[in-house]
Amino acid sequence: MLLKVDNLHKSFDGIKILNGISFDLKKGEVTVVIGPSGSGKSTMLRCLNCLTPPEEGQIWLEDVELTSSEADMNDARSKMGFVFQDFNLFTHLTVLDNVRFGPLRVNGKSKKEATDIALEEIERVGMIDKVDAYPAQLSGGQKQRISIARALALKPQLIMFDEPTSALDPELTNEVLAVMSALAKDGMTLLVVTHEMGFARSVADRIIFLDQGVILEKGTPDKMFTEPEHERTRTFLKMLSQLD
Amino acid sequence: MEEFFTYALSILPSLLEGTVITLELSAICIVFGIVAGALLGLGRVYGNKIVYRLVTIYVEVVRGTPLITQVFFIYFGLGDIGVLLRPVLAAGLALAINTAAYQAEYFRGAIRAIKPGQVTAVLAMGGTKFDAIRYVVVPQMFRLVIPSASNEIIYMIKCTSIAFTVGVPELMYKANREGLMHFKYVETYIVAALIYVVIILVVAELLKMLERKIAIPGLGLNV
Repeated sequence: MLLKVDNLHKSFDGIKILNGISFDLKKGEVTVVIGPSGSGKSTMLRCLNCLTPPEEGQIWLEDVELTSSEADMNDARSKMGFVFQDFNLFTHLTVLDNVRFGPLRVNGKSKKEATDIALEEIERVGMIDKVDAYPAQLSGGQKQRISIARALALKPQLIMFDEPTSALDPELTNEVLAVMSALAKDGMTLLVVTHEMGFARSVADRIIFLDQGVILEKGTPDKMFTEPEHERTRTFLKMLSQLD
Repeated sequence: MEEFFTYALSILPSLLEGTVITLELSAICIVFGIVAGALLGLGRVYGNKIVYRLVTIYVEVVRGTPLITQVFFIYFGLGDIGVLLRPVLAAGLALAINTAAYQAEYFRGAIRAIKPGQVTAVLAMGGTKFDAIRYVVVPQMFRLVIPSASNEIIYMIKCTSIAFTVGVPELMYKANREGLMHFKYVETYIVAALIYVVIILVVAELLKMLERKIAIPGLGLNV
């Protein structure tokens, strides 16, 4: 098991956001998290790398318990890539400097090594002609591809995506989803919060349906789309499919 | 008119002597103001509660009192209790303390204008908060602060004239003395004013060049 989550709880201002979340990720698996807004999807991702520390529950990355007080959280985070909805690229740095930030500043690689890693990952997301551009000179889809390259440059064991296409114009989502699908094909472990049902259906190995802070249902895309156990899952998926 | 130019030329050496001191005083205050302002601004945004409170008190006290009060306090006030500073040191210190408080506020504003998600991104990569401040916040903060810090710098150059009140032989001091000696205040002050205008024009142009030079491509930061 690559990542194991057990009984995660989190509240903000007395309001329960996560109410006992448990699941695990196998290496090389693509897991898509869906659920209505406010169901705790983003909070859950942020709890997993303790950007928002959970109140209760345990998280293991392989055999390291991240929720223990002795855990080296910075080391763990560098193994868990994170792609944000609004990219969060460093605006003052070029594409190359954004992508080599992790290896250079966090993993302590030499400039030469960091550059080689960065160029490789920029190539992988198909942006090699933009290495010297600044984020403000890129389209939303290009920014998101660079932020994926930035996460990849850390050589993480898994990558978490927090609604990676929600801030994009519809015509730009495909280029990002294509990069993500390619990663899945290469065997990268992905945990993706998204409303892109097409992606969920075709790429996910497993879908988790989060509702009011609990996992209401999980299963293969086939099961979730064709014969969900819960009426709530059915209604939600139907609503999203109509939007598609 | 010819008489004016002859007179202006005759007092120019003396006024330029004062100008040198005005420039020295300005340079020291501006450098101190930017360095201390940057640290105080960072302290106010990222510091713990104690740092935040101390910086806030500093800023409010300095902003809440007239510059001349600060100069007199440091020169005459401290002198009274046995801390005798040379006029130029007392004035320089007061001006530096004053401008640092304003710069701290401008830096705080600049830091607040940086999208917090960029700091989160560093943390999510396994970097520390210090990494985020050093590699992401500081380089952007200095770019964002230029327009407002420029105003403060220009203001500060003119404020050095207050050092005249404690006997620092800067430009206004010299002008006042020449005016008194020749009984030609209007002419003398016009020459002094022109010198200030030239200094400010040059400095403003340099700051604009700096702003253009370090602007982030594609962002169009007030350029």
